[in-house]
Amino acid sequence: MTAAMRTVTVVGASLAGLHAVRALRAQGFDGRLVVIGAERHRPYDRPPLSKSFLAGDAETDALSLSDAEEEAELAAEWLLGTPAAGLDTAGRAVLLADGRRITTDGVVVATGAAPRTLPGPPLAGVHTLRTLDDALALRGELRTGARQVVVIGGGFIGAEAATACAGLGAQVTVVEAAPLPLVPQLGREMAQLCARMPAEHGVRLLCGTGVKALRADAGGRPAPRVTAVELADGRLLDADVVIVGIGVSAATDWLTPSPLALRDGVLCDEGGVSSLPQIVAAGDVARYGELRAEHWTSATEQPATAVRNLLAGATVARHTAPPYFWSDQYGSRIQLAGRRGPKDTVRIVEGGPDEGSLLAVHERDGEITAVFAVNRPRPFMRLRRRLATGRPATPAPPAGAPAAAHGATP
Amino acid sequence: MIPVCRIEDLPEGESVRIEIDDTTPAIAVFHTEDGFYAVDDTCSHQDASLSEGWVEGCFVECPLHAALFDLRTGAPACLPARRPVRTHEVSVLDGMIHVRPAVREEAVA
Repeated sequence: MTAAMRTVTVVGASLAGLHAVRALRAQGFDGRLVVIGAERHRPYDRPPLSKSFLAGDAETDALSLSDAEEEAELAAEWLLGTPAAGLDTAGRAVLLADGRRITTDGVVVATGAAPRTLPGPPLAGVHTLRTLDDALALRGELRTGARQVVVIGGGFIGAEAATACAGLGAQVTVVEAAPLPLVPQLGREMAQLCARMPAEHGVRLLCGTGVKALRADAGGRPAPRVTAVELADGRLLDADVVIVGIGVSAATDWLTPSPLALRDGVLCDEGGVSSLPQIVAAGDVARYGELRAEHWTSATEQPATAVRNLLAGATVARHTAPPYFWSDQYGSRIQLAGRRGPKDTVRIVEGGPDEGSLLAVHERDGEITAVFAVNRPRPFMRLRRRLATGRPATPAPPAGAPAAAHGATP
Repeated sequence: MIPVCRIEDLPEGESVRIEIDDTTPAIAVFHTEDGFYAVDDTCSHQDASLSEGWVEGCFVECPLHAALFDLRTGAPACLPARRPVRTHEVSVLDGMIHVRPAVREEAVA
């Protein structure tokens, strides 16, 4: 450890930030540890916000990622409810929005990402879904009897929110600008299979049309209230509630201008080290080489690597675990691990679309690059572990399985 | 005592999920190299079925987020789980595996 590292500041108090704090203490850093969080909440788990938390009536405590005992052990100063506003030009102090200045020897940037929004003034009834406060606001409106919900964006958040709303009895329409949702995440063949699921779950999916405008009533207070969504093709969808799930942007606004290199996130090497050696990054905000993963698992794994490099003062470790994500949507659990490439072929090795569950592998030159499953957690896990340990030999189809059911075109 | 299945229907390395009634959480029964174990099926972290997890020795790894539980005690061995899962007594009578669901804490409080 470099002798000069007396204070480390973790900017971001969510999953990656908490894991950075844990990693710092676990790796022997015993100096002053400051954590800055834009939200007023202690670290909480976001995945349930678009799933069980939205659909049910769980208390917010159930989302806590830590507890009083662990917090006491970590011995960090939590500055919550005030976002960071910048770094000084040498990267030796973090500036807060309320004017405070934290002089620091090292920084872990873990500010995550912020949902993209539609242009135009804010309207009542229009929601994004990223934070606990977002989820509480949306859940409150759904409880008071929203009957018609329009979800803009057919990605993971949109699909999960649509599922929760349909489960609460609302009429739900998902509007997706692309011809098919989830193609960038799953590839065309598997995205095609998943596109059958909304209708089977009573949700209407409209693809290939963008949103032209939101319609609102004239007299709402404090803001006009949304009444309908006008699509680019002229259709008008009545809406009590609109959920905007059109992706997120890395939360780097506070770093502009900045001594750090930024490109769709904080530009890092594969060890999470930024263009300044005393500043590392992890989670949704960090671009490790060519990849900025917006995944829960990455936010739990990257901090240990980044912290190790921060304390070493050089890149001595790299984060190489294959990306992994899951989504619960339309009554199915989707899981994908690995790095798909544009030239990969995809092949179903167990189950099939008509069985409601399947396991598929993406392959290139006879090796598995990624594993995909719908409702097949156990065999998925087996292949994911092989992928992680670097033994990705192509599995033979089990007896009775359809041979190469989906020999995809490159 | 709740009958689960016959021994030959649960080979070593396999697990099975049993649902008892609407008020009792589902139970996962495992046949490990050390014998039979039963724990609550739902991971204490998030909604995932431990009976679909990866069993190694006396531990099961959650299929969703890789939380590890000691099947002997129900204690989590690593994050993201922080709370234990309940364990249940397993016995074999005449080749039939049985589970005695643990009394729930709130019921005895």
